[in-house]
Amino acid sequence: MIPAGFEYLRADSLDHAAALLAERGDDAKLLAGGHSLIPLMKFRLAAPEALIDISRLAELRALEQVDGTLRLGAGLRYRDLEFSPLVREQLPLLAAAVASVGDRQVRARGTIGGAVVHGDPAADVPAVLLALDATMVLRGPGGQREVPASEFFVDFWETACAPDEVLVEIRVPALAGRRWGFEKFRQRSQDWATVGVAVQELPDGGHAVALVNMGPVPLRARGVEEALAGGAGAQAAAGRAADGTSPPADLRADATYRGHLAGVLTARALEQAGAGR
Amino acid sequence: MSRPLTHDIELRVNGVRHRSSVESRRLLVHHLRETLGLTGTHVGCDSSNCGACTVLLDGVAVKSCTVFAVAADGADVLTVEGLATDGEMSPVQEGFRQCHGLQCGYCTPGMVVSATGLLLDNPEPTPAEIREGLEGNLCRCTGYQMIVESVRWAAEHGGPGPAAQAHAERATEAGLR
Repeated sequence: MIPAGFEYLRADSLDHAAALLAERGDDAKLLAGGHSLIPLMKFRLAAPEALIDISRLAELRALEQVDGTLRLGAGLRYRDLEFSPLVREQLPLLAAAVASVGDRQVRARGTIGGAVVHGDPAADVPAVLLALDATMVLRGPGGQREVPASEFFVDFWETACAPDEVLVEIRVPALAGRRWGFEKFRQRSQDWATVGVAVQELPDGGHAVALVNMGPVPLRARGVEEALAGGAGAQAAAGRAADGTSPPADLRADATYRGHLAGVLTARALEQAGAGR
Repeated sequence: MSRPLTHDIELRVNGVRHRSSVESRRLLVHHLRETLGLTGTHVGCDSSNCGACTVLLDGVAVKSCTVFAVAADGADVLTVEGLATDGEMSPVQEGFRQCHGLQCGYCTPGMVVSATGLLLDNPEPTPAEIREGLEGNLCRCTGYQMIVESVRWAAEHGGPGPAAQAHAERATEAGLR
């Protein structure tokens, strides 16, 4: 499969990338790891006029803790996060989730920023960032702005990142020592999640629960969170996992089966996180 | 509007520098096979699932069907043809021979390179870690059992081998790995 022809532009700085994007607007796409974009281009589902290569920008590869917040450069590859002692210690839920994405070769190229702006509801990282209450830092012609994960994912493959904006960084509150759970069901080991569940214990003792592939965007399982806050056990709380969701139906599963999976996987993830005992 | 669709790139492949003019949409796997004649790297699914096209790119195993050649400009690539040293097979290649880790052979170059990348990261993988480490490589013949044994054999007989070690060290020195 051969993609349609395009103009290749290599950005040598973040400012350069932003300027190229401002100039080319809708015609251009940013190329980082390319593991969402290149398959789309090969299937001719996307045919951008130009690609702006941002994969070499050191400015997009920050990985540091500032006060209580981890700053994760959008250009970090899954592999960088998977093997980072800092991420493993401070954000073990994120470390576990990225280590389960695709396969080793995919994780060597795919970037966390790419996964976020692609906005695929079947991707693990967006739901995990929702559970972790992350903030996306976007740079556009008007300067920099911050969008919380809860407002970032707008619809299927659609996010708050405008065509002339670059996702620069993802900021996540550090959560060392807090328990977590992550479960997903896949037909094949390297596959997308049919359904996935991320659970994070919060500093106040409550729990954030987020769902992968249970709607057009990653969702917080508010029914489960409320049940836990009201003292429900894991099994009873998990029974509310599909509340308010609108799971897709496709070749992998219909909506009813996805609802069933959400309950089963949520119970397991809650148990893993020690929630609802 | 004029759209410059070709670019001059330079790759170091198996220790040899190659300068080429490539179309921007040219995929690394096609560049290796068709321009450089290195047909050991296979095209299987062509959609980043099967891993037959796996090569080491700056010390890390990647699927070359999902990398644009122009984006790899300046990179150091090691393909299955570059794993042997002075005609002697690498431990991974020898392991696949000793343990009969193949049948039809189509997935084998990708398996061997992927296993080499795994051993660069983890020199002593358990059988479970080998299975997980090779989840990006599909084999339709063997049922994987002897592939896992082949990689274990390699781990016990020198690991990734000198060519892959040297390749990975160059990437580490360049801060790319």
